Amino acid sequence: MWKTIVRRFLIMIPQLFVLSLIIFMMAKFMPGDPFTGMITPETDPTRIEELREKHGLNDPWYEQYIRWIGNAAQGDFGMSYTFKRDVGALIGERAVNTFWLSLVSVIILYAIAIPLGVLAGRYHNSWLDRLIILYSFVSYAIPTFILALLFLFFFGYTLGWFPTSGSVDIKYDPGTFGYVMSKIYHMLLPAITYAVLATTTVIQYLRSEIIDAKTQDYVRTARSKGIPMKKVYSRHIFRNSLLPIAAFLGFTITGLLGGSIFIETIFGYPGMGQLFISSITSRDYSVITALVMLYGFLALLGSLLSDIIMSIVDPRIRIE
Amino acid sequence: MSFMQINDLKVHYPIRGGFFNRVIDHVYAVDGITMEIERGKAYGLVGESGCGKSTTGKSIIGLEKITSGTIVYEGENVTNRRRDRNSSYNRDIQMIFQDSHSSMNPRKRVQDILAEPIRNFLSLTPQEESKKISELLEIVGMPEDAKVKYPHEFSGGQKQRLGIARAIATNPKLIIADEPVSALDLSVQAQVLNFMKDIQNEYGLSYLFISHDLGVVKHMCDYINIMYKGRFVETGTKQEIYSDPQHIYTKRLLSAIPDVTPVGREERKRERIEVERNYQQEHAQYFDENGRVFDLVTLTDTHLVAASASGLQVKEGI
Amino acid sequence: MRTSEELLKITDLHTGFRIGDNYFDAVDGVSLTLRKNEILAIVGESGCGKSTLATSIIGLHDHNKTRVQGEILFKNKNLARMTEGDFNEIRGLEIGMIFQDPLSALNPLMRIGEQIEEGLIYHTDLTKNKRRERVLELLNQVGIPNAERVARQFPHQLSGGMRQRVIIAIAISCKPQIIIADEPTTALDVTIQAQILDLLIDLQKETGAGIILITHDLGVVAEVADRVAVMYAGQIIELAPVEELFANPKHPYTRSLFNSIPQMNSGNEKLNVIEGIVPSLMKLPRQGCRFAPRISWVPESAHEAEPTLHELSEGHFVRCSCHNHFYFKGEKEDIHHELYANK
Repeated sequence: MWKTIVRRFLIMIPQLFVLSLIIFMMAKFMPGDPFTGMITPETDPTRIEELREKHGLNDPWYEQYIRWIGNAAQGDFGMSYTFKRDVGALIGERAVNTFWLSLVSVIILYAIAIPLGVLAGRYHNSWLDRLIILYSFVSYAIPTFILALLFLFFFGYTLGWFPTSGSVDIKYDPGTFGYVMSKIYHMLLPAITYAVLATTTVIQYLRSEIIDAKTQDYVRTARSKGIPMKKVYSRHIFRNSLLPIAAFLGFTITGLLGGSIFIETIFGYPGMGQLFISSITSRDYSVITALVMLYGFLALLGSLLSDIIMSIVDPRIRIE
Repeated sequence: MSFMQINDLKVHYPIRGGFFNRVIDHVYAVDGITMEIERGKAYGLVGESGCGKSTTGKSIIGLEKITSGTIVYEGENVTNRRRDRNSSYNRDIQMIFQDSHSSMNPRKRVQDILAEPIRNFLSLTPQEESKKISELLEIVGMPEDAKVKYPHEFSGGQKQRLGIARAIATNPKLIIADEPVSALDLSVQAQVLNFMKDIQNEYGLSYLFISHDLGVVKHMCDYINIMYKGRFVETGTKQEIYSDPQHIYTKRLLSAIPDVTPVGREERKRERIEVERNYQQEHAQYFDENGRVFDLVTLTDTHLVAASASGLQVKEGI
Repeated sequence: MRTSEELLKITDLHTGFRIGDNYFDAVDGVSLTLRKNEILAIVGESGCGKSTLATSIIGLHDHNKTRVQGEILFKNKNLARMTEGDFNEIRGLEIGMIFQDPLSALNPLMRIGEQIEEGLIYHTDLTKNKRRERVLELLNQVGIPNAERVARQFPHQLSGGMRQRVIIAIAISCKPQIIIADEPTTALDVTIQAQILDLLIDLQKETGAGIILITHDLGVVAEVADRVAVMYAGQIIELAPVEELFANPKHPYTRSLFNSIPQMNSGNEKLNVIEGIVPSLMKLPRQGCRFAPRISWVPESAHEAEPTLHELSEGHFVRCSCHNHFYFKGEKEDIHHELYANK
């Protein structure tokens, strides 16, 4: 098993290399550069040109690329032009915010989706099932930003139950109990919004797996043993139906760091998604490239994690 | 005189492993098979699941890559020849599958399914093609209106007959039939088998009949090859195999077939246990230390058995 | 053996499937008795209702789509009237079931030992250690070497024959009085089939259980059965002790089936083909002789209007009077034989 994991990591290197090349080229092809936004009628064109020269933006693309990849390999993704900060530190800070937000989101998601999926599957074709299906279709059909805005308006402004932006109240000092509570408080509304939106897939998957499992031969064998139906469900049907959910777990875990662009932007939550969109609008190459590289790495890691998780939960799959 | 010679046919699959995914071993799916096929004769390939009988069939028709050995068809070496529409070999060798349902495109009508081999191998005008399809349907005893129907509209036996119609569309010389009746009920199976015999007599077809059902093979075949772990353990005429089996594996297989009479079943059970005991005891005379079947030794013109020298001596001693 | 104790008495059983708003009987008036110490084979082609009969006895059908009428008397209880909860007292404990496909019939995520143990948890008061002992004992009993190791393995790690032995171990774990085996050897190679059948016979002799063996294979029937019921289109059309049935088949359908078996023929002879096809459940004529359309050359007057089972000799029952007038095509007169005509 360890051999396979090491091999998979080694295979990632060329994959990430190709990805980095594509990202870098695409970033370069975007119109404008970090200094375009500084141009006003009063700007001296030679000053801009000097800045470009100083930051190496006039060098051939491959020289820029080699410089960038060389630094990146050492963990140095350069400075953010807009934030005037080290990219690594910037992303690290945002990643922590996003990670906690996503973790809370995923917990809420499974807390809602698994019971609903199980109920819909177990009592399928009943009114309860139809109700759950209706709910999951509605949540699937609503665009993210509309639901996010609705929740923000209703629970945030009208009812005033939740804060409407930020990740923590500034009046608390880091490390205190109030600070932690404030953080969680700020996360709740975006997390619930995310969870409500994401339930569809989990509910539908689980429901159809359970309906499918009910007709399986091994369930018939279990029934022929004369064990109570409740036990047939818990020991055979549910356990086996959770398999595809487990298969996604790897992606879900790595996805925790990715963040959601819509949710974070609308709720003004300083996470990775928000950073990503703001760095694109401000042409902050060093941040964009670093983020896309990170997302790429996370996707690869996610599939590896999923494989490892599958090999643990499904005895038929063994990684050599 | 045989029109096709299969010589020391081998199909090995690599097993990959280790850090660099290198080939560490092989699966010997087919491991040295030699046979000749004569016109108008039916050959049975019998063995238990995983013995390589289906792989043999597929490699002969070109659906599996042959690792070594040769297939000579009418004097021409056709080993690993790419399947294409210009080769007479591919026109003359056709295949029928166990599950004819999944071997037919569900979105095509019967006329299109039957037209495919005709278009590939025969250059006919649309009128001739249509006439040919009607003829084929008549041969397999299906009504004319079957042309415009889809595969799912037919029962299992009818679908199998459509599969046969498709196989005989190009007037082949050899049909490889891979478990053609295993999925069918007894009465339907009888219908398909009868029909296969009829067209064999009428067109002088040869069959390579792949099956695990020794009853069906006995009914259909002139020569029978018993296969185990990719090799022949015994080959011979139907009479030789059924009345005078030599290899311990053949004996074991034959003793396991249920007889369709309850008379003497206690005795058969004792016999079965006896054969099983012999099978364990005499293993060394029929399989080498790696469990590989020995090479075939000729007993009569047609009867060959795989045994070591000592195994043969024991038999002669009896 | 003839007079031995009756275990199960089925009277006029109808099991219907709901299609649209109507119920169509797949089992259509079956009456049968299973005795202690016997293997009763139920034989027929696909769609004849033999598997539905089995699932009706043990209540494993889909209750929403199925209607069971009639009486299945077991220990003075009518199984046809039982609820799912009541059935759990009987399934596994008093009636065990063996299924066809040993791979899909085992839970792929559960260890073999756990799967065998499950029934013991609910039907016995054995402690955990005792249950483990019993699991190993069962594995030994069904002829699995290395029981300790196998108990810890998962289904995919075993061969087909071994898996079928595990299924049998599950079925006999609580020493049931009745075992229902639905095509127990269909998915297996012949040598494995022979071993499994021998095992079934041995177990039956050991435990004295009554076995209902559902199969389409007349060879299997000949090897193991004591009595045989032949089913066609939801009805039993012939019922006889096994020697009697094979020596002296009466019903046209039974006779036709025997003549369709390849290995009984010596070689170039043609196999018998039954004209036409089995009618689908919805199109099945519910009156008259069900087999009449498939022996069209036998005059209509030969059939009974409402065919019933007649006892021809002791224990040998045949439905309808048409067997008295039946002959194979070409036997009596040279009728032009449209062999492949498809009606």
